[in-house]
Amino acid sequence: MADTIARANALEGRFLNDEGITLVRAEPSTRLSLRAPKTAVKSLSKALGLDLPQRPKASTAKDGRVALWLGPDEWLVIDETEADLVGVCASVTAFHSAVEVSHRNTAVLVSGPRCETVLNAGCPQDLSLVAFPVGACSRTVFGKAEIVLWRTGSDAFRVECWRSFSDYVFMLLEQAARDR
Amino acid sequence: MTQPFRIATAGRLGKADPVRFTFDGKSFEGLTGDTLASALLANGVHLVGRSFKYHRPRGMVSAGAEEPNALVGIHRDAARRAPNVRATVQEIYEGLNAVSQNRWPSLSFDIGALNDLASPFFSAGFYYKTFMWPKAAWERVYEPFIRRAAGLGEAPDRPDPDCYANRFAHCDVLVIGGGAAGLSAALAAADTGARVILADEQAETGGALRYETGAMIDGKPGWDWAQAVAADLVSRENVRLLTRTTGFGYYAQNMVGLVERLTDHLASPAQDQPRERLWQVRARRVVLATGAIERHMVFPDNDRPGIMLASAARTYLNHYGVAVGRNVAVYTAEDSAWYAAIDLKRAGVAIAAIVDCRPDPQGPHVEEAQRLGIECLTGHAVNGTGGRLRVSSIKVGPISGGAERSISCDALLTSSGWTPAVHLFSQSRGKLAFDAETQRFLPGQTVQELVSIGACAGSVDLEETVADALKAGHEAAGASGNPPKLSSNSTERWSGGMLGAGEGAGAESTAKAFVDFQNDVTAKDIRQAVREGMRSIEHVKRFTTTGMATDQGKTSNMHGLAIAAEMLDRPIPDVGLTTFRAPYTPVTFGALVGHGKGRLFEPVRRTPMHDWAAAHGAVFEDVGQWKRAWYFPKPGEDMHAAVARECRTVRQSAGIFDATTLGKIEVVGPDAARFMELMYTNPWQKLGVGRCRYGVMLREDGFIYDDGVVGRLAEDRFHVTTTTGGAPRVLNHMEDYLQTEFPDLKVYLTSTSEQWAVIAVQGPKSRDIIAPLVEGIDLSDEAMPHMSVREGMICGVPTRLFRMSFTGERGFEINVPADYGCAVWEAVWAEGEKHGACAYGTETMHVLRAEKGFIIVGQETDGTVTPHDAGLSWAIGKKKTDFVGMRGLMRPDLVAPGRKQLVGLRTRDPKTVLEEGAQIVADPQAPVPVPMLGHVTSSYWSENCGHSIALALVAGGHERMGETLYVPMPDGVIEVEVTSTVFFDEKGERTNG
Repeated sequence: MADTIARANALEGRFLNDEGITLVRAEPSTRLSLRAPKTAVKSLSKALGLDLPQRPKASTAKDGRVALWLGPDEWLVIDETEADLVGVCASVTAFHSAVEVSHRNTAVLVSGPRCETVLNAGCPQDLSLVAFPVGACSRTVFGKAEIVLWRTGSDAFRVECWRSFSDYVFMLLEQAARDR
Repeated sequence: MTQPFRIATAGRLGKADPVRFTFDGKSFEGLTGDTLASALLANGVHLVGRSFKYHRPRGMVSAGAEEPNALVGIHRDAARRAPNVRATVQEIYEGLNAVSQNRWPSLSFDIGALNDLASPFFSAGFYYKTFMWPKAAWERVYEPFIRRAAGLGEAPDRPDPDCYANRFAHCDVLVIGGGAAGLSAALAAADTGARVILADEQAETGGALRYETGAMIDGKPGWDWAQAVAADLVSRENVRLLTRTTGFGYYAQNMVGLVERLTDHLASPAQDQPRERLWQVRARRVVLATGAIERHMVFPDNDRPGIMLASAARTYLNHYGVAVGRNVAVYTAEDSAWYAAIDLKRAGVAIAAIVDCRPDPQGPHVEEAQRLGIECLTGHAVNGTGGRLRVSSIKVGPISGGAERSISCDALLTSSGWTPAVHLFSQSRGKLAFDAETQRFLPGQTVQELVSIGACAGSVDLEETVADALKAGHEAAGASGNPPKLSSNSTERWSGGMLGAGEGAGAESTAKAFVDFQNDVTAKDIRQAVREGMRSIEHVKRFTTTGMATDQGKTSNMHGLAIAAEMLDRPIPDVGLTTFRAPYTPVTFGALVGHGKGRLFEPVRRTPMHDWAAAHGAVFEDVGQWKRAWYFPKPGEDMHAAVARECRTVRQSAGIFDATTLGKIEVVGPDAARFMELMYTNPWQKLGVGRCRYGVMLREDGFIYDDGVVGRLAEDRFHVTTTTGGAPRVLNHMEDYLQTEFPDLKVYLTSTSEQWAVIAVQGPKSRDIIAPLVEGIDLSDEAMPHMSVREGMICGVPTRLFRMSFTGERGFEINVPADYGCAVWEAVWAEGEKHGACAYGTETMHVLRAEKGFIIVGQETDGTVTPHDAGLSWAIGKKKTDFVGMRGLMRPDLVAPGRKQLVGLRTRDPKTVLEEGAQIVADPQAPVPVPMLGHVTSSYWSENCGHSIALALVAGGHERMGETLYVPMPDGVIEVEVTSTVFFDEKGERTNG
């Protein structure tokens, strides 16, 4: 029997540190695509140990775990400690759908004073702190790729995308970073 | 002497550094801050181009973006050759290389000018009348002629090496235009703390203050005030001031397109600096301060080099310090042109005369001109001009009749008034209203959140403009209370004007009095269009091509309209106004493409095993956005040999295949099985947990939409697979039905396409290969039969292991979380090598499934194939009462006999491989048109069968088993026999072999 295999990140070795902008791949995380009607929100929140946000663009983060609001009955839950999120939700009997998507996505951490303008090269949303404050999140587009954008700091975003789109997303970020 | 027309005491360039540039190979000197136009004029050069149709010599008409004539090529290097650049916009830089266009062999001697003599032949509607017959002449004569003649300039023939940037932006107030109005509005908006973007097309803001000398704002001369305000705005955090930026398009919900020119004015731009940046701005409110565009006078031979707009001459003098001539005449129908004469006279330039067609213009400008000793001929008209490559004289006579006289001059400034630049307002779908008194179209009813201010809203008074602008900016920012105030006044007057043809270009005239310079449309052409029956301005425009050149008729449209209206004897608004469309000025394709070229043209999707495949020599094919391993040639093998070997090896031992790209959808919820019953033709309720089934999905019309193997992981959980290309649309199709037709079902859908890497292991040795790696799953046929799924571990990581086969062999598909995909693949590969297995690609996959008669949706199907046609009637649940497509399948045409049905074909000569797409007929000798029975959908050489195989859709195919049919090809007719679709292992014993 082979030894336990380490995760191979699709963005292994990719990095950019330019004037006012840093691009770095996120550490491996577990992820859950959570779908649930209102009736299950309370018990799921309890199981996950955080209140599932109920407003558009809202997120709730706690102890390395975050729930991002994607739709009225849809959340992306990310756990940076690689906790077993499917297992956590298994105890909830109320109707819901918890699907393991840890490896479906990968993420780029975009930070630095230029992060808004670099992202606005491909993302049509208003990313000013007023319209997109720290903690805001959205499923949106970056160029021709779908992304989930989460603002982790005034100068920091996490860009989640599907694994095979990560090369495109990273290249477009690099290209946008050249436009000073 | 260099720059003989530069006046040291005039203009603002002062002691700027000299800049050397070339025009048509000749070296010139200008000053930093010059446009190509101002620098050429400083050197006394007016002749810069030839007109489109008649090749008449042409010079600068304007000093701005509206320029119709002075279009040149700017050649930076072999790849960077921009055609049709307006010399009035292009800033010069050291080494700039400009060339004239539309002339041969040279600008001053142009053979094409013969067209001018043949002008009766090129009258309005020329193309429509001339290129009618004979039909054959179209391809050989007319089209090449039109193509050669169409358009000015030459497109570059190499790929554009520049990069272009894109930026989305949001703001509270977007101000377009940075003149007195735009700056005031931006200032008032910025004061409230609102987010403001101000865009101006010039290198510096200021607008008409660039040349208007009589304006005072906030106690400062207009230009100085503008520069101070610009500096103030730039320093503010809430303001973005964009110069060299044109607002070119106004779209829905206040989305405005701006293009910012970043490097066209630089001698040596940095390698990776974008040439242009496209701004897509979503503004809460838009303030349009786009100014007005001066019109020329329409009179005979009004197009000679040296004849230009009065405001242009003022700009060249007051901003660039350039006199457009030494002896300048003015021909006007309004007041502001008088100031051009006054300014030039004060700067020491002789004024030959001011000709004003109005009988009795009054005002301080008239008195001042007289005081300066300028000859003022009021109630007079210019009836013609002399000179070949430059105007040398004008013919002037009283309008009331009387003797004409000739006046010498080397430049003639004309103005017939100002046309408000309502382009963006009109693009916003706002309604224009005609103001009969001033003969202008002005912004009427607005449709979007915008306000027009200043000259584009019809204001001719600076004080009113500034006050309106401050109020507009303040209110656009959503502020209440009183707007800020600024003192302002101007000694200048901007009133008067006329539309249409002047004296000497009246209805009886055959003279060339140009309305549209760039497309060579004269007043006579427009009259002729009306005579020939054109009634709407839209028809007049297309018949004469007026306003259809790259300048889109900025200086000419109102004249054209007025002449047409006069001919029709109808009021101007009744004749209509042509539609304003984006872009306001030409926009490069590069700017619109932005980052989306080269590697970023389209995402290239690769599987976790891609690098392994590349390292093992795989040749890849594009499947949608995916790169898929096509085949794995060994040294010396061509595709045919590699595929033959792969096909053999899979059936003899085993093959390993990357199936990651298949779409995957997890269907979860207590109603998951009910939902599946509705979406697929098959029954699902009774499918046991741990079992799989091949599912067929139809559209409402009963035709096959997608297919794939579905595994039931739990009572309430299905793992659905789709075709690679179908993944996104199948999920959307399911979501559509779930949300609109079956919202009561308790089920959710989640795409897991990229969660799982999929390693297919197919062949008699497949179980032996994976067995050492799998933990917690009994792989025996009893415990895990064909078409089953188990969850367990492989190589220490979780797996969903499917026992299934797209080859007809015993087979497994190992699903593992994607980040583990490559490592598990390598482990499987290591085991496979022990058994002589090979890696195989999509081509072998296609051949092996065709040997078994398995269809590929999109290859055997084309959106008109039912399950019955495809031989999949067995996949329809006979007892089901509903599923998507069930009613469609009952339509008469779908159950009629003679439909095209999927069959196998064997060629008489086993070595002949049919061509996919080839047509099939019953009798190749039948008279043309030969009835077509169908076509070949798949065709391969089958190494395992030892003969070629093909699948085909043939009319009534299921009834034709054993029949001989024919495939006519260019080099002969191929005889084929209709067979079953299964060519290999007809009993299907090998899935357990």
